[in-house]
Amino acid sequence: MPQIFSRSANIYSKASIPAAGVLLAAIFLIGGNVTPYTHRLRVAIDQPAPFSHKHHVAELGIDCRYCHTSVEKGPYAGIPATETCYTCHSQVWTNSPLLAPVRDSMESGAPIEWNKVNNVPAFVYFDHSIHIAKGVSCYTCHGPVDEMNLTYKENAMQMLWCLDCHRSPEEFIRPKEEIYNPKYKVPKEHAALGRQLVEKYGIQKEQLSDCWVCHR
Amino acid sequence: MSSSNGNGKPPQQLNISELRTRLAEGDPKRVWRGLEEIADTDQFKEFVEREFPRTAPPWAAAIDRRKFLQVAAASMALAGLAGCRRQPIEKIVPYVTNPEGMVPGIPLNYASTVTLGGYAHGVLVESHTGRPTFLAGNPEHPASLGATDPWVSATILDLYDPNRSQAVLFEGVIKTYDRFIEDARAELARQRGTGGQSLRILTETVTSPTLAAEIEKLLAEFPNAKWYQWEPVNADNASLAAIAAFGKPVDAVYRFDQADVIVALEGDFMGDGPGRIRYMHDFAEKRRVRKDTRAINRLYSAESSPTITGAMADTRLRTLPSKLDDIAAAVAAGLGIGVAPGNLDEGARKWVAAVVADLSSHRGRSIVYAGRNASPRTHLLAHAINESVGNVGATVQLVTPVAAKPTIHGAEIRQLHAELSSGAVEALLIIGANPVYSGPADLPFGELIKRLRFSARAGMYVDETSTFCRWHVPMAHELESWGDARAFDGTASLMQPLIEPLLGGKSPLEVISAIRGEARTAEASVQEYWQSSTGLSGDAFVSQWRKWLHDGVIANTSAGQESVSASIAALGELAAPAGGGIEVVFRHDPTVYDGRFSNNAWLQELPKPLYKTTWDNAIAMSPATAEKLGLSAPVEGRNGNGAVVDVVTVEVQGHSIAGPAIVLHGHADDCVTVTYGYGRKLGTVLDAGNSPGYNAFAIKPSSVGSFGANATITRTGDQYNIATVQFHHSMENRAVARPTTLDDFIAHPDYVHHMGVHHAGDISMYPDRDYPGNKWGMVVDTSVCTGCNACVTACQNENNIPPVGRQEVLRGREMHWLRIDRYYGGNSLDDPETYHLPVMCQHCELAPCEVVCPVAATTHDHEGLNVMTYNRCVGTRYCSNNCPYKVRRFNYFEYTERLVTPIHNLLMNPDVTVRSRGVMEKCSYCVQRINIARKTAKKENRPIRDGEVQTACQAACPAKAIYFGNLNDSQAEVTALAAEPHNYGLLEEINTRPRTTYLGKVSNPNPDLGGQAKADH
Repeated sequence: MPQIFSRSANIYSKASIPAAGVLLAAIFLIGGNVTPYTHRLRVAIDQPAPFSHKHHVAELGIDCRYCHTSVEKGPYAGIPATETCYTCHSQVWTNSPLLAPVRDSMESGAPIEWNKVNNVPAFVYFDHSIHIAKGVSCYTCHGPVDEMNLTYKENAMQMLWCLDCHRSPEEFIRPKEEIYNPKYKVPKEHAALGRQLVEKYGIQKEQLSDCWVCHR
Repeated sequence: MSSSNGNGKPPQQLNISELRTRLAEGDPKRVWRGLEEIADTDQFKEFVEREFPRTAPPWAAAIDRRKFLQVAAASMALAGLAGCRRQPIEKIVPYVTNPEGMVPGIPLNYASTVTLGGYAHGVLVESHTGRPTFLAGNPEHPASLGATDPWVSATILDLYDPNRSQAVLFEGVIKTYDRFIEDARAELARQRGTGGQSLRILTETVTSPTLAAEIEKLLAEFPNAKWYQWEPVNADNASLAAIAAFGKPVDAVYRFDQADVIVALEGDFMGDGPGRIRYMHDFAEKRRVRKDTRAINRLYSAESSPTITGAMADTRLRTLPSKLDDIAAAVAAGLGIGVAPGNLDEGARKWVAAVVADLSSHRGRSIVYAGRNASPRTHLLAHAINESVGNVGATVQLVTPVAAKPTIHGAEIRQLHAELSSGAVEALLIIGANPVYSGPADLPFGELIKRLRFSARAGMYVDETSTFCRWHVPMAHELESWGDARAFDGTASLMQPLIEPLLGGKSPLEVISAIRGEARTAEASVQEYWQSSTGLSGDAFVSQWRKWLHDGVIANTSAGQESVSASIAALGELAAPAGGGIEVVFRHDPTVYDGRFSNNAWLQELPKPLYKTTWDNAIAMSPATAEKLGLSAPVEGRNGNGAVVDVVTVEVQGHSIAGPAIVLHGHADDCVTVTYGYGRKLGTVLDAGNSPGYNAFAIKPSSVGSFGANATITRTGDQYNIATVQFHHSMENRAVARPTTLDDFIAHPDYVHHMGVHHAGDISMYPDRDYPGNKWGMVVDTSVCTGCNACVTACQNENNIPPVGRQEVLRGREMHWLRIDRYYGGNSLDDPETYHLPVMCQHCELAPCEVVCPVAATTHDHEGLNVMTYNRCVGTRYCSNNCPYKVRRFNYFEYTERLVTPIHNLLMNPDVTVRSRGVMEKCSYCVQRINIARKTAKKENRPIRDGEVQTACQAACPAKAIYFGNLNDSQAEVTALAAEPHNYGLLEEINTRPRTTYLGKVSNPNPDLGGQAKADH
């Protein structure tokens, strides 16, 4: 019986071993970097108190800035101090077991330790205030926060994703008065509006991808 | 690692007299850096030509092939794994109640005060969410005017020094603070019967009105007790002269901004004394050369040991310290004051004649300044001269002393020693002062203090004195305490704590009030003093108090004028210090001062102005003296990048020390300089191969003033590799410093363009760019740069730059983004002119570094910044190789991690990345500050205003020698300066189009003394 495989098949079979390795590595590296799974997108993260943005924003209509006070002033949007929670919760839901961590914090003076949902690496110097000032909405990066029962990460916040907007901001920015509006609908003539806003807000597009805008 | 550099040939010994001849016969306009450069041996050439002499492999121990493969394989595996790790979830911890005015990520600035030698310097402390990170000068404070100096800046590193003492100790055993207070009160109870007959208090110079009031309260309870002060770097000579001349202590405050002629007699008014920062500012104000400038001030200096003031002098006279009195007397006699002129040599006579002529034609617009190291006679003569030419009341103000209790420190320390020896003292409370280390060589304090019934020391470190005291109490840092202090002109300012004492220290005010049995906070003491001294109370006081804290000064508190007249007859009462033989000049160290900063790595590594040495003190002498003593000239680069020099012993009146001898051009002959501050070990900074140096206090007996005579200098036969940065980052002398005289400048304002290599033209293969928006640029005015190093330390603080240690400096790996090159000019080896050139990244428009980076980690931005992206850098170092200015620095080790203990993390500027190993870094024009200004401006939809961005070096500079701004802004100061005729770029001829440019150095020598033009036309 003749050999099914010719001698040259040996080379292919041997070559297939490293090739498989390379393929696996490629799947792992590429897939690992882009899949929502690796970035844990849309996975709600446990928090000391089960805070619902949906309830507070969509149902009660509280403005983002009521709690995230420094979003227009500085690099960090700011996580509310316990006393901010207490402005309402000293009056409503005062005995709810869900709010025990808030009461404990107020009594003991020990801060509540929240788990960070959105994170950029330490070598990125992100500043909320300038984005807000130039028409980038909270919802553009943080996703539909008004629909989140428990908060999750909508975007992986990798450099390429940042650059999408830094290279063509006209595709993403809104009129300033719509920044905190969760129900903002992108108008049909968005392209024209975007270009207008870029002009109006004095956004220098060519500068936005200079390295030292974000890294220094 | 191979210990020899190059091919192992024995080093060529240099012959100083041969070098002197070679220099004298050469180009009189030559600019040079040191002996080795003149000698230009093969070895030196090789040292300079090797691009990276510092890249010799760092392995301390031998490593075999097998081990290397193991390590390499393991690190590959780990590198792969680390990339796949899912980042752990971080915590966000908000406040429970928000502090007022706090926006996370935006620093707050608080006005406060730091002192040096007791005198106040106003600072603005940058605080990031409660941790102080940066000290800038307070523009409203008279001693600062917004600037700092290395000592003031580096104070913040001491705050985070983990080696500061952390516990109350009783005979070396940890005890509680309450036990100390109990014991101290028991001692006071014993003293009460005799009124404190055997109780003594020793402090450093006290200008704090509150601390003085608290001590006076204690003395009121114990009328027989005594309060002494000991400050090793003191103004005794000035005080002795004032008492003789005016019959009472009087301070002098100078207005250098109103003086056209300044005569400094051993007077380092820009590098020494409580007014130095202000004086440098005022001096520079009269020295800014612009195209239509027709007059600038003129500085004469007579000094033995070169100082930064002497280096700025238009006409500098080298003199033995013992001859200074004669020079001062000759000037006085020349102006018609009835004193006998001394016996002077030809050079000094000429200098004196020029000074006399200039002083008599600038009545009321001149200053004769005698420094702390001038003898009392010189001080008295200076007073008499100032009075006779009408300067007193105009440029010289005589005021009530600023110190709370003016005193003669030398006399007090002698008296204390005598009382301790005789057994008249049984209890001693020491606050801050360290007499065991810094006391006179013939007055040993240790054993005398040890045998006392009660001895206590409040100090920041468990140092020499603390080890002999029964009690040691950790003292809080000034940034952790309430307090107050007065500046050189008497202006008082408050000290407010920026942070709780990190290591549990107590402030002097707390200690004194506690042992008096009145337990209260330092804040309460300060408030009580200012309530009683201003007569305010209630709301009126509170609003004033807040204003004082906000402004950082207490208005209208400067010292009152004294109307006194100098009695020249008193000259006879002051003994003339004896000279002769080899004289020894004692100076505070230009960086570690009197030793208080010896555990401060920033200051240890800061190249000393003029000396350019780091991590050590040296024995400095002129080339002729070195020759006379038979010393071999230093050999550069024989072992790493230091200079190998001879070790010599210096013996003064039977006391001797040994240290490395270095040649300092411009030093007086037959005289050597020793500096204080070394020979001790406070903490861990000097671990890892750093030598403690020699202790100059050990050869200064109490009978010696600021110089000793008849010293014996002997070679020990040993050699020492001193970590000098003199030849590091050499631009190989391609006309980088361009000096001339004012007369020449007036005739040829564009003289700088006739020096150096002709610029061929603007042809380039690099892409051309437009800069429509901001176009950042910097101009450095070399006419006013004094080389004081304020910019270097401020840069280090602002940009999280790590110190690297002596061993690494020897390998040429210092990390300073900004260096000050020191050049000598002229063809005299012994008495050259000195120029300073601050060099940082020049932000070339056609940057050679950018095109060679294989990973695009260094790129050009749209505002012309040459930007460095650390997280992209893979460390090829091609960029540094291609940088003609040698301004790029590479992290060979995790320098920051080596330095950083958990406490140091608090110091880091959160707006600047803390770089890691294997990453290239360099000056960024403080891009973090540009970004902050840009964002503010963009939010307000306006352009960035001129002056809105101040780089750290620019803000710190007392002389305001550094300008930064937008070159596209036609109204910006920097644009005007860039268009000055004497503006030039370094190495322009290679067409890098640097954004940093320089204004040529213009000096104003007296034409009668042969000041000659320097440039060819």
